[in-house]
Formats: sequence, structure tokens, C-alpha cells
Amino acid sequence: MNISIEERLGLVSFEVDKERHIKVDTSLCSECDEKTCLYFCPAKRFTLEDGKIKHDYEGCIECGSCKFACPKGVVDFNYPRGGYGVYYKYG
Amino acid sequence: MTEKFDAIIVGAGPGGSAAAYSLAKMGFNALIVERGKYPGAKNVMGGRMYAHALNRFMPGFWKEAPIERMVTREKLTFLCNEASVSLDFQDGEFREPPNSFTILRANFDQWFANKAVEAGATLVPNIRVDDLLWREKKVAGIIAGGDKIEANVVIAADGGVSLMAEKAGLKKFEVKQFALGMKEIIELPEKTIEDRFNLAHEEGAAQLFIGQCTKEIPGGGFIYTNKTSLSVGIVVYIDRLIEKKIDSHEIIREFNENPVVSKLIEGGKILEYSAHVIPETSRSRLFTDGMLVVGDAGGLVVNSGITLRGMDMAIASGAAAAEAVKNAMGKNDFSKECLSYYEDLLRKDFVLKDIATFNKAPEFLQNDRLYTLYPEIACRLFHKLWAVDGAKKRAFDELLEGTKGNRTNMILDLLKGLRAL
Repeated sequence: MNISIEERLGLVSFEVDKERHIKVDTSLCSECDEKTCLYFCPAKRFTLEDGKIKHDYEGCIECGSCKFACPKGVVDFNYPRGGYGVYYKYG
Repeated sequence: MTEKFDAIIVGAGPGGSAAAYSLAKMGFNALIVERGKYPGAKNVMGGRMYAHALNRFMPGFWKEAPIERMVTREKLTFLCNEASVSLDFQDGEFREPPNSFTILRANFDQWFANKAVEAGATLVPNIRVDDLLWREKKVAGIIAGGDKIEANVVIAADGGVSLMAEKAGLKKFEVKQFALGMKEIIELPEKTIEDRFNLAHEEGAAQLFIGQCTKEIPGGGFIYTNKTSLSVGIVVYIDRLIEKKIDSHEIIREFNENPVVSKLIEGGKILEYSAHVIPETSRSRLFTDGMLVVGDAGGLVVNSGITLRGMDMAIASGAAAAEAVKNAMGKNDFSKECLSYYEDLLRKDFVLKDIATFNKAPEFLQNDRLYTLYPEIACRLFHKLWAVDGAKKRAFDELLEGTKGNRTNMILDLLKGLRAL
């Protein structure tokens, strides 16, 4: 049962919004030594590409961790608009 | 909507539905606003609800509610790499009255919200509340998609990351107050589940794991048996996860691979993956002018190490919030002084009593030795007791040798544990 995070997210149902619900001001990320976002996000929505943090809101399962676990406080967290985002069939 | 409601409830989880159901039964005009496509669409938990709170105001609810299994078997397992030590407890008294049920939230929360609707509450899904409506520095309703909807009282039932409580200035978020739960639903045939967990038909098991499964991070693993699936997951404290620089989803992946766990889930198919934060110690103030906070939104959860509770606290607090609204309606006074009656009710009931009883538990449960040293000592000791590979020692001598160098800490931790749990 060794499946990757991409395969895991493939099992989750989403209604993807065009509007991004989480905004990340990545301009401060280069000064961040911890880069904790690479570890806490259970959907691995934060990635490091060419030394820069990238956040992909599609595939976010709305766990809420980035609301408070970013040490620089650059995550502007909100929930997706009504009806959008994840919808669990089992939960 | 130009109508003014007696109460607007933000979130159709168990706390919100309990409040709406109670208010509607009392004849009040209650609106539940839910951001998901349906109640439960956004809701995640390990998988077990203790029955007492719902049974108080809906006696025998399990006869009609979409429950999975009645839990009659409790198992606590200390995990090492190759070995495990388990405490296996089964009790027929857990049947009458039922102690707890495994449930799937997407089904259960829809059922419960519909009970509130049947009782007369109005439910509107697909609506995200963007802000609170303020009048003279008092909460007077909600703003959603540009629409202002007024109410005498707003009940925040919007979960562990309650943006409503934050907007009302009742809550601040700190990383050390939260744990992260990750979970899989693994499909297996009914018969396979009953055989593997040694269960009578329709009865269920709850198994908690402590030790190797969380990679030395305080937390634990769980398996709850549903009818034709298992809820399998991990809970870890987020600040400790970050400190150790471990990928959260790697922990649940490795949990599946553990030799003890893999035997239980073998042949199963993962149907869904989910995750949510748990407000372990993230308490919010519970009332202000025109507003009450219930369930996870208020941080009303209890982790005693063995019992992990949120839903029963949410349901009881939702019902208490309804009582407080009734009291305020009678006096036509929605000030914080009048609404403080809600907290009085929670103090008299089990909700704030149990939170006070277990207020030292989170600190105790942060002790690293619980997750590393003690499971190892237990596994090593039992290995030596059962292994026959040459000269044998008496059990007592093995115990003395196995705990050498750690005895003082063990005794102190045991005393702390007895006080905290």
C-alpha cells in the first residue's frame, strides 16, 4: 500500500475554483531557513523549485495547517468559496 | 434574504447541527450555513463517536443514524520495528448502552443536519461566510457573498480553524496548540474485517498505536473498523514534526508498511485520503456580544491518551448553546453578560469538567519517552520473556535489567501519567 502523495490526492474529489483561496507571499520565503511548509502540508502543496517556494492551491485538502505553521506568517489563509474545494465522500 | 433569524449557525458539523436541532425543537428560527456541497463534505475525524451526548437528546439514535459499527473491542498497541505489545480489552457492557460507534462523517453529518431540517431549521449549503456583521461593536449576523444576514446570535461551529472565532477576536492560532491528523479509508470485505479483528457481526474495534509509527514525534496511529472499510491514520503534533523535518504524508505511508499494521490492511484498497488539524490545546473564548462558539471551533476537545473526543463535546456544546440562546431570547438580551450563561452550562455539564480533568494530559503526552524508550523497553522485555535461546533469567531479573538506567524517569513518568490521565 505504498502509494505516492500524487496517487493519494487522485483518490480525493475536488471542485476546483478558478479563484485561489490561499495566497502565499513567497517574496519572503528566500529569507526563511526553516521552510517548514515543505514538511507540515499533508498534501505536499508547497514545493521548492530552483530555490523558490511554490504553492499550488489545487489539490489542497483544507486541513488548515498552513494557517499557523508558516514561521514567516506569509500564508493568507481562507477557505475556498462555497461549494468549491475538497468534498469528502467518506470523511 | 431580508428576514432576521433568531440564530445563524456557521457550519453543519455535529456542533452546528446539534445547536440547530435543539433551537428548532424549541420553536426558534435557526439558519445553518455550510460552505461544503453537503454537510460533512469538509469534515474529517479519526472515526469514532462516543454515544452518550447524542443519546441524551435523541435516545436510541443509532437505530436510524448511519453508524458503521458499535465498538466493543479496544486495543492499545506499543509498536517497535519488528515487535509489538498490545492490551486487548473487550467488554459486553459497551453494548448496553452503546459506548461508541465508528462512523463516516460524510454520511453521518448529512443525516444529523437533516434531522435539524426536519425539526424546522433552514440549511443552506454551498455558502462560505466571509465575515461577521457588526452593529455597535456587537456581532449582529454574517456576510456571505456580499449578502448581509442578521441574527440575534451567531453560533460559530466552523471547526478547529475557526475563522469566525478569530474575526470576533476570541481566538489566536499558535502552531504548538495543534496536531495534524491524516487518514485513509481502506476498503475490505466485511468478513475479512470481522475475522482480522476478531469481531462479532456488526461489532467494531478501535486500535490505537504508540511508538515507532510516528517516527519519534509525539502522537500515535489508529485503526477503526467500519462496515466494509477501515479508517487508518496518524496524528502528530505539528511543532514537533516541523522540528524533526519529516514529511507529514511519509509518516502515514510508512505506517501502512509497518509489519504489524500491514497485516491488518493487507489486500485492501485505499478509497480516500484526508487530513485535518486538531485543536489539541487551542482554546477560544466561548462567547461575546451576539456570538457563541461551539465544538472544535472553541477547542472543546479532550485527548486523554486513550480516549480522543471531539464529537460528543461538539454535540453537548451545541445543545448548550441552544439553551443559552433560549435564555437570551426570553430576556431579549444578547450581550456577552447574558450569553455567558452558555459557559455556566458547559461547566455544569461534562464538557468543561472533562477538559479541566485532563488539562495536564497534553503536556504529559508531549514526553518523548512515551514514543521511543518505553515501547522499546516493553518489546525488549517481552521478547526476553518468551525467547528461548540459551540461559534464561527469571522474569523479575529481566525487568530489572531491561529498565536499568531509566528506572527513576519511569517511576516519575508513571506518577505524572497517573495524575494527568
